[in-house]
Amino acid sequence: MLLRNKRNYYLMKASSPLVVRSPQQLRDAIPTGDRMDTQRQLVDRLRSTFRSGITIPETFRQTQLTMLMSMIQDNEDQILNALHKDLAKPKFEAVMSEIDIVINELHYAIANLASWMKPEYAGTNLATKFDDCSVRREPLGVVLIIGPWNYPLQLLIVPLIGAIAAGNCAVIKPSEVSAATDSLMAELIPKYLSQDCYAVVSGGAEETKALLQNRFDHIFYTGSQAVARSILRAASDHLTPVTLELGGKCPCLIYGKVNMASAAQRLVWSKYFNAGQSCVAPDYVLCSQATRDALLPALRQTLEEFYSKDPQTCPDVSRIVSPQHWTRLMELLNRSRGKVVVGGESNQEDKYIAPTVVVDVAEDDALMEEEIFGPILPIITAESLQQGIDFVNRKEKPLALYVFSEESSIVNAVLEKTSSGGFCSNDGIVHMTLPTLPFGGVGGSGWGSYHGRWSFETFSHRRAVMLRGWALERLNSLRYPPYSEQKLSWLRWTTSAKSSCSLM
Amino acid sequence: MERQAVKRAREAFLSGRTRPLEFRLQQLHALQRMLTEKETEISTALKQDINRSQYDTPLLELIGIENEIKLATEKLAEWAAPRPVERNLLTISDEVYIQPEPLGVVLIIGAWNYPWALTLLPLVGAIAAGNAAVVKPSELSEFSSLLLRALLPRYLDKDLYPVVTGGVSETQELLKLRFDHVFYTGGGTVGKVVMEAAARHLTPVTLELGGKSPCYIDKDCDIRVACRRITWGKFVNCGQTCIAPDFILCEPCIQGQVVDRIRQTLLEFYGADPKCSPDYGRIINQRHFNRIMGLMEGYTPVVGGQSDASQRYIAPTVLKDVPPHSRMMQEEIFGPLLPIVAVSDMDDAIRFINEREKPLALYIFCSDKKATKRMIEETSSGGVTVNDVMMHYTLSSLPFGGVGQSGMGRYHGKHTFDQLSHQRACLVRSLGMESVNLARYPPQDRRRARRVRMALKSPMVDMSKRTFIWAVVATIIGFALFITLLVILLIASGLNCTCWYWRGFYN
Repeated sequence: MLLRNKRNYYLMKASSPLVVRSPQQLRDAIPTGDRMDTQRQLVDRLRSTFRSGITIPETFRQTQLTMLMSMIQDNEDQILNALHKDLAKPKFEAVMSEIDIVINELHYAIANLASWMKPEYAGTNLATKFDDCSVRREPLGVVLIIGPWNYPLQLLIVPLIGAIAAGNCAVIKPSEVSAATDSLMAELIPKYLSQDCYAVVSGGAEETKALLQNRFDHIFYTGSQAVARSILRAASDHLTPVTLELGGKCPCLIYGKVNMASAAQRLVWSKYFNAGQSCVAPDYVLCSQATRDALLPALRQTLEEFYSKDPQTCPDVSRIVSPQHWTRLMELLNRSRGKVVVGGESNQEDKYIAPTVVVDVAEDDALMEEEIFGPILPIITAESLQQGIDFVNRKEKPLALYVFSEESSIVNAVLEKTSSGGFCSNDGIVHMTLPTLPFGGVGGSGWGSYHGRWSFETFSHRRAVMLRGWALERLNSLRYPPYSEQKLSWLRWTTSAKSSCSLM
Repeated sequence: MERQAVKRAREAFLSGRTRPLEFRLQQLHALQRMLTEKETEISTALKQDINRSQYDTPLLELIGIENEIKLATEKLAEWAAPRPVERNLLTISDEVYIQPEPLGVVLIIGAWNYPWALTLLPLVGAIAAGNAAVVKPSELSEFSSLLLRALLPRYLDKDLYPVVTGGVSETQELLKLRFDHVFYTGGGTVGKVVMEAAARHLTPVTLELGGKSPCYIDKDCDIRVACRRITWGKFVNCGQTCIAPDFILCEPCIQGQVVDRIRQTLLEFYGADPKCSPDYGRIINQRHFNRIMGLMEGYTPVVGGQSDASQRYIAPTVLKDVPPHSRMMQEEIFGPLLPIVAVSDMDDAIRFINEREKPLALYIFCSDKKATKRMIEETSSGGVTVNDVMMHYTLSSLPFGGVGQSGMGRYHGKHTFDQLSHQRACLVRSLGMESVNLARYPPQDRRRARRVRMALKSPMVDMSKRTFIWAVVATIIGFALFITLLVILLIASGLNCTCWYWRGFYN
């Protein structure tokens, strides 16, 4: 109830009217022609809207964010249906991992936007004591957000929240692989958000390549490393800054004293959520032989508890997103030289793969070649913690790293000796649900971060502003030629106070 | 050769030597010692490179680096410590923080105009953040780069911080290798090449580029002081500064005054013949000399204009009524030519600035605070200094960097540390309290779903105005009730006391 009142409050305060045009009107307004020309015109149009300054006032941004919230809340059922069509996402997963995360981020942004937008005052040194020094957060311009297919709502809308909050215009490109959500977004976003400032562009690889030839002020990409390289190359032509949220093989180390039942439950939950198609899902497990022997029965029991004896009929199990991805996963499983100890069943028509556990997997196995991104869990045996850490460090830095252990010395050792985008001990995935933690990768798993205030910072330019006065010109003359030893020593003294730099 | 140096640096980094803060502090102190002990050698090298006067060297380069080192050594423990963040209901009993970590091996490509500052300032941040760094000074400042190559290994760890010298081909070889961050200071054309090379390895970059930094002089400001400050900023280092005021925008009515004041100031600073002044620099090489002379072709300067190719000397030069489409206005001048472009008023100036690429710095000379604020709000640039030039660079609490074509990323002070670190999100949980977790596991039902939604809700506290008002009102009412209760109790006990008292009295 409080939310509805908030919405009315902001709508009343809105000084800029929303321009509501139907998608058909919008299409007719753009003359037919080459796809690239249409895209270029779109980007130009958004840029001229940005230049008009309409996105700068806080009220405009709050209105747009509130309308975005209404979009999600009014159309929750439609969204859930689209997600189910794309990924057979169980309602619970869809609500928890897509809708709720987006709503939380919206609440957080709406509540904190005013404070984020305030200039940050900076400390001064002796030479600048009477000056007004601050850092302003300013919008960048027109940004491009490219979403993936595994969490098609969350990973598209959460960056959009940051872009809107920071005062930018945005071109939104949902993934064509999650087709139902793609067309739903293309339909809903123009209905709720200002069509002059935010546009949805649909299409496949060709359209994206054409889109990237345009100049943007920031590109936000979530997806794979291969595509990220070509995006970064395209961005370098225009010197466009980017944020890359990529993936990697997120290791899960289990060493020392562990409550196996709890660990198994958390591991199974984070691994098989969304049928393993999460960038932060634990990709593989590293543990000693003894731990593995204790883990397997716990895993079996948990899987049965969660998904029943026949997971294919269980409504809480998702499906693989497309036949191509299903084939890719089955091929990995078939080429693997490990032993399937749990699951392994599959059904091509249904795009179903049972929650599977594979043991006796070697470092050069097929399952260790690339990010699995599916419901297959290899368990690799590494007798000591140091061997496990060395194994992890031989690979690319992952997006997330997990440790299950009740011994804090083990947790700390892993934390200190490895590197990853994020880290979570004794659980999986949940570290990304906190808007106060920056979510992003390092090295091969990405560049930049977002969530909460971090999204706002990603899409803003931090502009340093120093307002000086006219007085104290005599103090200034210390720096002017003709130079002398005396002037120099005075200058050294006035600028050597804490937190200062020299004249340049 | 470069490959070997990078490989050694990576192995040295992986050995974990740079992790302890003591090691990093020791390296920073060694760097400080190098600057103090070798100041004369550095001054000589700079004089040979760019005819830098002996006072300019400490002023423009060394003091800056010294201050950064001092700041880093003082604050390192604070910067490197874990930074706790706010939790939600689900994580209320966990440790949630951001841990800054080193990235690995950083490549620092320096520039020739301030060869020591622009190479060592990023190095200070790289060392503080615990990285290894391959330092590649610019080959155009030959003497400085050779001196750096000789000095650095004598003071810092040889394996962790190698210096690689060379020209374009050596740089290209370096860029083929994989780094964890590339920090480049220089021009936009090479900046694009650097970013493209880094794209192959998905390496993040910081690009400190340039641009044409506009300088607007309002007709109602103190023109004398404005011109003194602008003259200083423009002609220091012979105009070869990335944040030098590139050109002036002002109304035609004050153009004459501006020219006169600049002429007077130049006389004061460099004397009648700047060629003889020990404080005036030279152009770095023949190519740039020819380039700058070419920009002036076809225009008659109102001040200066003399040159001497044998010395690569160009007099401090001012040009009036320069048309916006001239060659001088198409590229960054990076030399001692100061064009004045006429604009009709502040709005015209804002339009002029916005038609062009976002510059690295914007300078506004204006006494009207409101007008200044409007100009700042309606334009964009890396940084802004109002009523002076370049000074925002000198405060390390301000982030220094560009936007758009003038660059990406920022540094100085703590910002360098953050730029060259990975901010790792850490959630440290325990395996206990599993019953709380049960709510999120399948098989699912509505009651469980509601419980999970509550646990993940953010923010935990409703921050709306309405709730705030209710909270205040409720507190006041509660307080009032409490006071009332207290009064009642006092009266009640008072009456009792009074009864006893009176009874006692009359007894």
